[in-house]
Amino acid sequence: MGTPQTSRVSSTNVRAALTDSPPSRPRRRAFDWSTAIIAAVAFSAAAAVYWRDGREHFLDIFGGDLTLFAEMLPKVLAGCLIGAFVTMILPRELVARWVGHESGFAGLLIAAFFGFLLPGGPITIYPVAGAFLTMGADAGAVCAFIVSWTLIGYTRALVWELPFFGPHFVIWRIVAAVPLPIIAGILARIVVRAGYVYERSE
Amino acid sequence: MTLAVNILLWLVVAVLAFIANTRGRVLLNDGVRTGVGEFLRLLPRIGAGVIGAGFIAEVMPKALVALWIGPGSGFLGVVVATLGGALTPGGPVVGFSIGAAALKSGAGAPQVIAYSTAWALYAIHRLVIWEVPLMPPRVVWLRALVSLPLPFIAAALAMLLAQP
Repeated sequence: MGTPQTSRVSSTNVRAALTDSPPSRPRRRAFDWSTAIIAAVAFSAAAAVYWRDGREHFLDIFGGDLTLFAEMLPKVLAGCLIGAFVTMILPRELVARWVGHESGFAGLLIAAFFGFLLPGGPITIYPVAGAFLTMGADAGAVCAFIVSWTLIGYTRALVWELPFFGPHFVIWRIVAAVPLPIIAGILARIVVRAGYVYERSE
Repeated sequence: MTLAVNILLWLVVAVLAFIANTRGRVLLNDGVRTGVGEFLRLLPRIGAGVIGAGFIAEVMPKALVALWIGPGSGFLGVVVATLGGALTPGGPVVGFSIGAAALKSGAGAPQVIAYSTAWALYAIHRLVIWEVPLMPPRVVWLRALVSLPLPFIAAALAMLLAQP
């Protein structure tokens, strides 16, 4: 790496932790219970609508849902590709150093901003969060980062939330969520100050 | 709107693919393969969730939804919605389709915000499958702990914002 190592943490461990290839994703079982349950519920609901309201109403709803499904597909594919690429090419060391240097309120703000900015799924986010810790960021910054990614990350909102809820609702929800990462970070610092030990001892 | 979102997302894909390609053809191929594989795995879930959402909204007992988490249900509705969100398993499709169905059947917007916030933050399966293997467990528990009040704060802020 060409970037000078100016951080106070400079052990080779840190470097190894950050430049290793991304961890392999936990294996998914071929049969997925939550999909099976939602499919069963959906099927029962569809049958109930057909039986109660007749064929025409059933087809009406089915057509609307199919359109929504078709509209979502290109976005979901884009979201999956973004996640895959970011996981591979993200300069995790660089990102972690930004937050690792900071403590205080600015650290929370930067962490929350990265959470908003970084696209990708859990496989991208949690290793980055782990890297923050290794680089010397405190638990408050890590909490702010994860909450921010969960609630105001833009890929999640664009790919998933927008088709279901429409722009008005999504924008409103996100505006209401903006302060939450900071609140989470401050709460985490309070809990740590009150005596919660989070660093690995092994 | 949907066209603009598509353009934006695919622009990001193009930039990332370009960066990957400058680092080597193998990286580009790997990324495409991983991304498309993930997409194919998600397809049945999205199908069930999206096509189900309309029907589920249709059969949800509207009077009951309005009573428990309707716009007039206030703080108690937020509590009910938060509990519901915490207990909802599954990935984005499940939570969002149930939230959208509830909204269509007469749930209040702040209550749905509490529901989707709680579901996004507390989902226990995500904690266990993703967070614990990839991060120190005690940080994961800390994160979960400080997330507890957030759905209530989100709903309260949403109510404040909507005041004329």
